[in-house]
Amino acid sequence: MKPFDYYRAADLTEAAATHQPGSVFIAGGTNLVDLMKLQVMTPDRVIDIARLGLDRIEDDGDGLRIGALVSNSDLAADPRVRKRWPVLSRALLAGASGQLRNKATTGGNLLQRTRCPYFQDLATPCNKRTPGSGCAAMGGELRNHAVLGTSAHCLALNPGDMAVALRALDAVVEFRDAQGIAHAHPIAGFHLPPGTTPDVETVLPPGALITSVALPAPKGDRQIYRKVRDRASYAFALVSVAAVLRLERGRIVHAALAFGGLGTVPWRDPAVDALLTGEAPSMVLFDKAADLLLHPAQPREGTAFKLPLTRRLLRAVLEEATQ
Amino acid sequence: MLITLDINRARHSLDLDPRVTLLDALRHHLGLTGTKKGCDHGQCGACTVLVNGRRINACLALAVMHDGDQIITVEGLEETGASALQKAFIAHDGFQCGYCTPGQLCSALGMLEEVRQGWPSHVSPSLEPHPVLTRAEIAERMSGNLCRCACYPGINAAISEFGGAAEGTTSEDAA
Repeated sequence: MKPFDYYRAADLTEAAATHQPGSVFIAGGTNLVDLMKLQVMTPDRVIDIARLGLDRIEDDGDGLRIGALVSNSDLAADPRVRKRWPVLSRALLAGASGQLRNKATTGGNLLQRTRCPYFQDLATPCNKRTPGSGCAAMGGELRNHAVLGTSAHCLALNPGDMAVALRALDAVVEFRDAQGIAHAHPIAGFHLPPGTTPDVETVLPPGALITSVALPAPKGDRQIYRKVRDRASYAFALVSVAAVLRLERGRIVHAALAFGGLGTVPWRDPAVDALLTGEAPSMVLFDKAADLLLHPAQPREGTAFKLPLTRRLLRAVLEEATQ
Repeated sequence: MLITLDINRARHSLDLDPRVTLLDALRHHLGLTGTKKGCDHGQCGACTVLVNGRRINACLALAVMHDGDQIITVEGLEETGASALQKAFIAHDGFQCGYCTPGQLCSALGMLEEVRQGWPSHVSPSLEPHPVLTRAEIAERMSGNLCRCACYPGINAAISEFGGAAEGTTSEDAA
């Protein structure tokens, strides 16, 4: 690891005041410490926010407000989440290991970096790690890479599970900017596709700190998270689906489908949700949804398998959710 | 930076570079080499310790962030009453080379406490009721601890016996 100055912030104001260019905030550290060891991230200053007390899950009207420092374990085990937002519990439980979930936080998980091997390998060019250096994934070995939302500069996959569920649940990310002003941003659009600036991954301005995630009342009672991976546990998604549906009199009246393992950001296509809404469930309909979802996909050798896999997974999940 | 760690119920004051991980603090600064360094990247679980009762990967934790925390390592297991778990690992051939064993032991203790608190897992059929400690639950919940000797059946059997006894639940095969 490169040397850095360590500060332990007592409150949000101090955290913001201590931040300067080249600083990072650290909470669980499960991703950041690893990347610092690899020298993929070389902050001058590390600001410890783990003791800011943002570790409660509070009732917020008919929804919940999840503190940014709530661990993945605590969030997955929360009785309210298990009862009314089971897709979120399931997504969290499908990710990482017991040890990592105990340390990883809600805010940190939203900001986890890609596991593209070229991003982690200092010997290869990577536009995300070193802007303008090129992309070794183009023409390289591909498997855990994106097929949706890619650009000529980056194929890196967003590796999240939790974020996929939050995307289907219309969560809102709440943060303070460096001046201490509170902001709220829908999870839709919070993560940015690479475009020409793969190093810019979210809408958070420099020095901003996620304080909480607001979870509105669920719009669907049929919730499923299904994840396909290379081994049965403790692996990133090849493809995953978070489905939140509601049916009335045999018709789908609410559909929210979000996908992991496919996109440069947690993927959701409003046109797919709209296609399903108002319709009676059928395999023909589910196939149309898959057609629409995958129409803009740009598979390459190594990632082309994800398209038929996604179609089968989507059909199975929708079939189960509409039974 | 000066910090204090409560390790196996003894207080230790240390002056550490902030880059030192909790794992390296234990092994290199305190001579507690029971906790093992496998991958050093949070992928193998050999470095698992209990921090304030919860299992974590010590290799991904900066020691300075754990100032004042209570840490239990494999060296402290006997006084926590876990020697029965260690005996079960011996009885069920829960290891060959033994390198992953300290992490397996600490992880198993943390895992059983999670079950006691009613936390569900990826393989729990429902999120609602209290989870039952089946072999499939143990395998899923212990997936963060790799054993390259592949002693998984013995590890699972040892934890099943110890956890089943402690829980008063059955450990039937669900897989």
